[in-house]
Order: sequence, then structure tokens, then C-alpha cells
Amino acid sequence: MISFREILNRVRALFRSEQLDRDVKEEMASHIEMAVEENLRRGMSAEEARRQALVRFGGVQQAIERHRESRNLPWIDVLRQDLRFTLRMLRRDVGFAVVAVLILALGIGANVAVFSVVNTILLRPLPFRDPQQLVRIVEKDPKAGESSKTYTADATQDFQQQNHSFQSVSGYFAFTGPDNYKLVGNGQPTPATGILVAEGFFQTLGMEPSLGRLFIREEFVQHAQPVALLSYPFWKRRLAGDRSIIGNTINLNNTSVTVIGVLPETFDFGAVFSPGAKVDLFVPYIMDDFRDDGNDLALVARLKKGVTLARAQSETDQLLPQLYFEHKHPEYGKGYTGQLTGLKEYVSGKLRRSLIVLWCAVGLILLIVCVNLSNLLLARAAARSKEFAMRRALGAGRARLVRQLLTESLVLAGASAVLGLTLAYAILSYLAHQGSLALPLLAMVRVDGTVLEWTLLIAIAAAVLFGAAPGLRMSSGNLQEVLKDSGHGLSEGRKHDRLRSTLVITEIALACVLLVGAGLLLRSFLRVLDIDLGFEASHAAAISVDYDDGGNAAKRTAIWQEVTNRSLTIPGVESVGISDNLPMSRNRSWGIAAKGEKKLDNQDFLPIFVYIVSPGYLKAMGMRLIEGRDLTWTDLSSDRAVVILNQSVARKLWPGQDPMGRTAVAGGSDAEVIGVIADVRETGAEDNPGAQMYLPANKLWGPEGCYLVVRSKLPPATLAASVMRTLRDMNRGQPATEFKPIQTLVDHATSPRRFFVILVGTFACLGLLLASLGIYGVISYSVTKQTQEIGIRMALGASQSLVQLDVIWKTLRLALIGVAVGMIASLALSRLIASLLFETAPSDPLTFVGMVTLLGAVALLAGYLPARRASKIDPMVALRTN
Amino acid sequence: MGQSKLDLLQGTLDVMVLQTLEVLGPLHGYGIARRIEQVSGNQVLLNQGTIYASLVRLQQRGWITAKWGTSDNNRKAKFYSITKLGQKQLMKDTAYWQRLAGVMGRVLSMHGEGGEQ
Repeated sequence: MISFREILNRVRALFRSEQLDRDVKEEMASHIEMAVEENLRRGMSAEEARRQALVRFGGVQQAIERHRESRNLPWIDVLRQDLRFTLRMLRRDVGFAVVAVLILALGIGANVAVFSVVNTILLRPLPFRDPQQLVRIVEKDPKAGESSKTYTADATQDFQQQNHSFQSVSGYFAFTGPDNYKLVGNGQPTPATGILVAEGFFQTLGMEPSLGRLFIREEFVQHAQPVALLSYPFWKRRLAGDRSIIGNTINLNNTSVTVIGVLPETFDFGAVFSPGAKVDLFVPYIMDDFRDDGNDLALVARLKKGVTLARAQSETDQLLPQLYFEHKHPEYGKGYTGQLTGLKEYVSGKLRRSLIVLWCAVGLILLIVCVNLSNLLLARAAARSKEFAMRRALGAGRARLVRQLLTESLVLAGASAVLGLTLAYAILSYLAHQGSLALPLLAMVRVDGTVLEWTLLIAIAAAVLFGAAPGLRMSSGNLQEVLKDSGHGLSEGRKHDRLRSTLVITEIALACVLLVGAGLLLRSFLRVLDIDLGFEASHAAAISVDYDDGGNAAKRTAIWQEVTNRSLTIPGVESVGISDNLPMSRNRSWGIAAKGEKKLDNQDFLPIFVYIVSPGYLKAMGMRLIEGRDLTWTDLSSDRAVVILNQSVARKLWPGQDPMGRTAVAGGSDAEVIGVIADVRETGAEDNPGAQMYLPANKLWGPEGCYLVVRSKLPPATLAASVMRTLRDMNRGQPATEFKPIQTLVDHATSPRRFFVILVGTFACLGLLLASLGIYGVISYSVTKQTQEIGIRMALGASQSLVQLDVIWKTLRLALIGVAVGMIASLALSRLIASLLFETAPSDPLTFVGMVTLLGAVALLAGYLPARRASKIDPMVALRTN
Repeated sequence: MGQSKLDLLQGTLDVMVLQTLEVLGPLHGYGIARRIEQVSGNQVLLNQGTIYASLVRLQQRGWITAKWGTSDNNRKAKFYSITKLGQKQLMKDTAYWQRLAGVMGRVLSMHGEGGEQ
């Protein structure tokens, strides 16, 4: 009916309201003057002429009103009135407005922040072209960590050539440790982390470089000119964003490497493939260099258009078992499996449940906030009931009043949303820069359009939620009674009271659910921290050491020995050791078998995590030798190979027998077992300890990297300088690598759990605080209202303690009902988070009792303050007032 | 004039304004109001002020335009004139009202079956 042009004109009219008003007033004035003139011409007296003119015109003010009505969008006009009125009301009660906005902003801010994380990790597609086509391929039954999630170069190549389901299959080298390169520039060398990627890796992801080009086929053959692609932050930070670097060389590990391109800013390899890791550059994975190295490629593939995951899976199920592990050694056999998982699902699937729990927790907070505000508004409603009755008596409709109240809550919610968004923004910027948090994609978290929409949605929902109850209450009721009522009657507001009590009970119940959930998660977390890691993370730190042994084992041993001896002379150092790998930081597995009578075939080998170490490493890490001895420097130079095993693998290889002195086939050679250590959790605190072996760095087993582990009571920060000085004394090329406390490795591994515990815990505390505020508010209000009644009772002989007990009992009753409801809900709900708990039952009695006690204590405190006030009431004063 | 005045039906004022402008050309609010009163033989109950709501509505629909000008007796006034779009609308409205008037006339002059006056 109403045309677009008209709407447009009406909207425009809104903004030119004053001008239009002035125009029409002027027009009407001139209209009346013309009428007066005409009347005068007809011979009326001046007075009569004007009177007639005005009569015929019929009310200037009404005419202006009608003019406004027909030119504006009427509801906007009403809204404007409501807004003006609301602002006036809020200005009159600034205290209330500030408290309400702050509480709600906390609720909304927390919700927006958590939603952003959920949106980033669960909802938003990965930042690649057609991300739904991307899949990750891993072994169906990964037994030995990362090694069984990877494939050999040969198998990868066969799979690339023989499949029909994928546009492309590529991958990256999965066993890169941090700081595996050193960038040598004009000053001191600095460490850098580089990842080897197979041909077509970036093309598979569908990426374009932001500068230069991607790798080409010729760069994936042996002895090709070395090239590298840089990550955007690395290029910005280390190379000062120099565009002319493209085509020029940088010095990596004393080799000239040509920079061919810079990847886009939005690409964060760590965020997607290796949470918490910072990757600086990429170099080609040249298959011919890795033919003998076993499983080391993590595969990523892109499905062909129209090929479903199921179809690709069935082809993979046929194809992979046919592929040989290594072409050169067909006797190693074949028998891969491959599970296809959408890349997105692979990256964030495991977090789904935790995030949903977090989402629910924060939703509960918002509910509690709404209930709290509802309560605050109800208290105000009681104070304003007369005002509203008056307005109704003057003809305001019920709908109009509800609308007015909803406008008030919307204004509050709007202000809170703005503040909450700011809060969320601050939280998110903080989170995005938490490199130590091993959560995927977190570095990409930000406030985007979806987040803004969500903010709007919850703000409106909250406003309706907390505005509805007081609105309906206030607009109903008998106005005559309200108008007559002096406002302080003793029986006034019984119904009001009941509604407020119900709200407080709801609040307590919700807080109880939150507290129990947080308690269970906290207890799980404490259990995780209690786990015997098999090493002592505190008082030890490690640093990556650079040296040049020219590939000579004897020279290497000499260097290691010198590093060890010199480090031991640093004051405060208790013990030192060297390993090429640290627990919980990198994956690498070899095979091990017990040497016996019969010939071993591939099936007999257990996958085993390997560390190539120096004497003293076990002691420096705080690992416990159960049997036998540590390595000696002689073991490093001797031709007799030895090995130290962990308990689990020793038991598996020689069940029920003493492993000492037996021979194992480890890393391709026979080695004598000289020691057994207590199990070490090498992949993460919560994973079961797998198999580990510690081999001396000798002619047979070359280390891949070198970490010096230093145990000392001194804090690592104090020690760092002298350790670095010692290393620089020996090798001027030692890069400025970080002297990292071993504890950070553990913290990194437990960081997702800690992240959730801290968040849920914070929400629970917030819930507790809000609930106690709610209790305090209701009890305090009822004490104020009953001042007179209490005064009378005291005048009639009630003792102070009796009055106090009475109020406390009232509080306790609310708390008890709330806790009872909350307990039942918690028992039902806690089962849903069972999978997130670690060695903690969902109905863990200690947690339940603890949380009930906490909630009860806080409720009592919240009730005690008003109770004390009640008992201090002077009957004389109370009776005199009012 | 013993009869009470006619209440204006919804939407009729708009048509009257359009028709007045179509016939008389540009005119100010007072002129339009007076004209309608005269033509209707003072039978229409018209608060002259209501004409302005109608005028702004027609303007927003793009059927008339307005321009400040000076009246015969040198008074500043807003002059309204009909637009092409307004003329088209007026044709439609005219046809509609004529049909309606015809139908109403027929219905109201209906005689009872076989009856007589």
C-alpha cells in the first residue's frame, strides 16, 4: 500500500523534523492571516474576524500534530517519546542505571567473547578456498602418536598418482621442532621455525601468496636451488616488511636461501595445524631426501567437485592397504589405513563439547544477570507503581505502558551491549595473543559481523527477558488501590514479594548449576596437575644449542662434553644434560623389539618414542631410574650399543622377566638394556604414557637437534644470561634462542583444560556474586519495607536476636529451595560433561558438598547484613516515621 | 442550512485537493481550503487545518509539489501544484469515486420487490 518513495520521504522527514515544523507553522500562520483579511473584507470586526478564522481553522496544535503524524513513521515518533522519557527516568536514578548497565555489560561481554571463540573454532569455515572440500588423512587406529598419523614419501606419491577422488593430495613434514633454523643476518643469529611442505601444499589449500609466488615443481627435486616462502608476521617483523626481499637470499643455517614469496596475513599455519605454534617460513619437502625416513608426512587433500567424503573414503579404504611402506624395502610390507576427516572437523572436532559447555555456562550467566535485573526493576516498579497507575488513569493503554517499560530495558540493554562489546573486544585481543594456548584457530579470533549480530540478538533477548516481568506486573493490577495506597502498608506487595523470591530462587539454582560444573572441571584439572609426569618440570629449563660437528660423531661427543662441563661450572647449576628432543613438544617414533631366537618381521616391532641423549639428561629432567644405570660418556664413543627403556615398554617386551642386560633391536641395531626408568608422559599429561627409549648419541644414532637441559634452583630468567654467555664462548654462531622453563612445555600441554577451567570458574564466581547480590537485594528490601512491623514487634518485646534469626531464616529458606533445585538440575546436567572430566565422577560427592557449602555460606552472608540492620532498628524511630 | 455538515470519508479530502489543483492550477493551502468549502456549498465539515496533513501526505507520495511564493495580497505562502504522477492518480481516483457514487446511488434507490413508492 505504502510506496517505497513514501517510506523514503517519511524517513527523510524524521531528520528534518524541526525544519518541517517551522515551515508548517509559518504556512498556517499565513493561512490564518489570509482568513482574517477575508473576514475583514466581509465586514467583520477585527476581533470577530480573527475568532472566526481560528474556528474555521480548528486548533493549530492539533493540525501540527496531524501534520507530523502523516509525514512521519508513527511508531518512530512514539519511540522517540519513549526514549526521551526513558533517558529522563534513568538520569533521575543514575545509581540504578549504572549498576544495571555494568551487570548486564558483564553478562553480554562474557557472552560475546565466548561466542567469538565458538564462532572462530566451531562455526566459521576455515580461511581457505572451498574449505568444505579439504580433508585430513590419518591412520584409522593411531597407536603411536603423530607417527602413525603420517605416511612415507613413497606411499604418499603412490596415493597421489593412483587415487581418483582428490583434486590434489599434499602434506607437510610433521616432526618439526620449534626454532629448527637459525637466521644469520648482520647481527647475532636468531632462531626461526620452518616447516617443510610437500609439492602443491598451498595449492591444495587454495592459497595465493600476498607477494611473489608459491613453490614450483622444479623446486621439489634434489639439489634444487634452495628457496623459502615467508609467513607474513615473520616478513614484517624480521625483514621489516621489505618488498625487495623477493628474489633475494637470506642466510638460513649458513645456506643461502632465495625468498620467493610472502604468504598472506590471514594464513596462520600454527592456528590450523599445530595449535600454539608460531611458524616463520616454509621450505620444499623434497621427497627424494626422505625416502628412507619412514612415516613423516601429514596428509591434506582436496576432494574433487561432486565427490562425497563417503566415496573418497571407500576408495581410500581400497587403495591405501595396497601401498608399500617403502619401495626400496618391499619386505617392510604394506598395510596403511586411512581415515578421512573434514579438515575443519579434524582441527576443532575434539573441542566441540568443551566449547558447547562453555557456551552454556556463559548463557547461564546471562540468565542470572537477567533475573537479577528483573529483580532490580521490580524493586523500582514497586516505587513507581503510583506513577504508572496515574498514567493509566490518565488514559495510557496497557500496551503503551509495557512498550514504555520495554523501551527502558532496551535502552539499558543497548548501553550494556556497547560496553559489553568493548569488554569482549579487550578479552579477545588478549586471547588472540596467547601463543601459549594450545587451542586451534584461536589466533584468528576477532569481532566480525556475525559476532555483532549475536550481540544484538542477545541484547534484545535479555531486554525482553528482564523487562517483561516487571512490565506485565506494573501494567496490571488495580489502579484505584494503588492510587489510594499510601505506599507503605504492611500487607502491601505480598504478590510482589513472592515473585521476587521466585526470581532469587531461580538465580540461586542457576548459580548452583554453574558452581557444580565449575567445581567438577576444577577438580579434574587438579587431578591432571597431580599426574606423575615422570619428570620434574619445575627448576629445569632448556635451550636449543647450535654447533657444527661436520657430521663427525666423535667431534660431536667432544662438543657435547664441553657444553656439559662448562655449563656445570655456572654458579647455581645442579645438573645438566643434552637431548635432541623434549617431552610434550615433538613427536618421533621408531620401532623396538625384543631380540630372541626367531627372525623378527615388521609386526614384532612396537612403535616407540625415541630420545637421543647425553649422560646426565635423565637426572637433569628429574626422571627416575628404577633399575640399572644412566649413560656414560663411554657409551657415546663405545661400539657397544646400549639403551634405557621406560617401564611400560620393558614390561611389554619381556613380560614378567627382568629386562636388565637383555638385547633389544632398537633403531635398527642390537642394543643392551642398561636401565629402566619410570614412565614419562611424552605427548600430554592426560594421555597414557607410551613407549620410550633413550639412546646414546653415538655413531649409529645421530641426534636431530640439541637441547641443553639445566636443572637449578635459580629462576631461569636469572640463569639465562650466563648460560647464553657460556654457549657463545664456545660458538659465536649460537643463535639467541630462548632459555625456556620445562614447566612451559607442561603448561602448554595442559593449556586447553586450564583455559576452560579458568573461564568456567570465572563464570561460576560471577554467578555466585550475582546470586548473592540478588539475595541481598531481596532481603534488604523486605527489611526496609517491614521496618515499621519490626519496630512494633520489638516494641512488644521481641529481642534483637529473634529479629535477626527471623531474617536469616527467611534467607536460608530461599537459599535452601534454590540449592535443592540447583542440585537436582546439576545431577541431571553433570552427566553431559562427563566426557570432559578427568578421573572425576559427574556426581563427585566432594564437589557437590563443597559447592553447596560455599553457596550456603555466601547466601548466609548476604542475608546476615540486612538481618543485622533489622536488629538495629530502634522501635521508637521506626514507629515515629511514616 | 438546517442539515448538519457532511463528515469527510477517509481519503476523500486527498481527491478534492488533487482535483482543485488540477482545475485551478497552483494554489496555497488557504486557497485550496476555501475553494473546497465553496464548491461543496459549505456542506463539508472541514477544519481547514486538516488540509495540511493531506498536503504533506500528497507531497510525500509525489503527487503534488510545493514552492514558497507570494500571495495576491503580498503574503508569503506555499504554493502547491499537481504533478504528472498526481494527474494520473486523480484520473484513477475520479473513476473510482464515480463508480462508487453510481453504485451507491443504484443501491440506495432500490425498490422493494413488486412494491411501489
